[in-house]
Amino acid sequence: MNKRDFLKDAILFFPAAATLQALAKDAQGAAEPAETPAGYDATKHWYGMGIDVDKCIGCNRCVEACKVENDVPEEPFFFRTWIERYQIHANGETTVECISTRAAPPEQAEPEDPTVVRTFFVPKLCNQCAHPPCVQVCPVGATFQTQDGVVLVDAERCIGCRYCIQACPYGARYLNPKTRTADKCTFCYHRITEGLLPACVEVCPTEARIFGDLKGRADRLVRFHRVNPISVLKPDLNTEPKVLYAKLDGEVR
Amino acid sequence: MRLPEQVTRLGFVIAAIAAVVLLLRLVVLPSSMFSAKPHQEAAVVREMAKPVRHAGVAVCRECHEEEYQEKYGGAHRNINCENCHGPSAAHAADENAAKPPRPREREFCLRCHAYDASRPNGFPQVDPQQHRPGKRCLSCHEAHDPVPPKTPETCGGCHGRIERTKALSAHALVECSACHAVDERHMTEPRLALPTKPTSREVCGRCHATDATDPEASKARVDLASHGRTYVCWECHYAHLPEGRK
Repeated sequence: MNKRDFLKDAILFFPAAATLQALAKDAQGAAEPAETPAGYDATKHWYGMGIDVDKCIGCNRCVEACKVENDVPEEPFFFRTWIERYQIHANGETTVECISTRAAPPEQAEPEDPTVVRTFFVPKLCNQCAHPPCVQVCPVGATFQTQDGVVLVDAERCIGCRYCIQACPYGARYLNPKTRTADKCTFCYHRITEGLLPACVEVCPTEARIFGDLKGRADRLVRFHRVNPISVLKPDLNTEPKVLYAKLDGEVR
Repeated sequence: MRLPEQVTRLGFVIAAIAAVVLLLRLVVLPSSMFSAKPHQEAAVVREMAKPVRHAGVAVCRECHEEEYQEKYGGAHRNINCENCHGPSAAHAADENAAKPPRPREREFCLRCHAYDASRPNGFPQVDPQQHRPGKRCLSCHEAHDPVPPKTPETCGGCHGRIERTKALSAHALVECSACHAVDERHMTEPRLALPTKPTSREVCGRCHATDATDPEASKARVDLASHGRTYVCWECHYAHLPEGRK
């Protein structure tokens, strides 16, 4: 084959290949599901959660429900949501303990510490920041924010580098030992897009958790936002969390 | 000026290479190689397709309306079915496939109702060591409509902790009603008729003022005019244990 023949063949080959490729892509596209399933418009929502610290009784039902709903490993150090016990002592010291790591509550009530001035439970979870640091640092674009404001992890794209786990100021992420990818609270994305409540909100016995849509005009969360003194965790980081804490103690970090 | 032939030929070669590169970039190679967007859209679809395990109270209600109504009238009205009965989407899809558990053991109720100092004030809690040890909660309380088996006759029936504290204090002989006015309704609907607390210093002053005339008046006397400025006494002194915490 001389140079002239080669160039002729090449000129024919590439457009033909491109046409075939385009046809193959069309065929593939027809088989795949639509980008957003019918009846759900992500741009119309901006999800958030309200947590009334005064109502949490530390029963851990939310933690258990979350683990079942989202296949979170059972070992007591993998959490999408967890409960912390805060104890503020007379000398100004604050002790924090994650009570979700205990398999069962202790048989006998622990003797009361007389130096504790006040004590309460704080439920914690991914704050679904409007400006998420974890999204900024992901080197492969595996973690991202959806149009309705939920930060998700693409488990097929995640390379498990743990950079996002380091970057999250709230410690809300963990590396799932089964998939070896980063995992975190998704507000039960598969539930909320169907109009259901996240599993933790569904089972909370005292309505300490309120789920809602900050774009909704008559939404429960909007009312919660209006009638309660609201604070967010680490506001100085400008992450703009969408998990709103009502009546939060100043000691909570 | 005419271009030399080799420049024209080189031009063709460069144009051909450019065409191939553009073809590769724009047509042959998928856009997902250059942008994370298609991956993210696929991830959203995958996320939305995950199985739902908790059916939600609205689904439970479709078949169990009676239980729902019973629960709705009681103090457990805000507790959704799956809090106690576990994730039940499988049961909702096929009622014979999976029976949701009915937790009957004492430990289950105590997970919420055992005394814990961190729990909010007013949340109904019992000391498991003192409240009918070893007995099942369900033998006296109906889980869907949990009321005490009989209306308590004394304040200590519900406020046992305060009663026990006060019994060991200098105020052991002071009746609850000496300081709190309790409406009858408080016995049946405690949250709707809260007892009062002293709002003036004179309530404590009946016994503790220097000029108190009560025959059983305390030896601990203060001059109300000068002691504690304008604060109500219980803002500094815990009336159920005035000696303070040991």
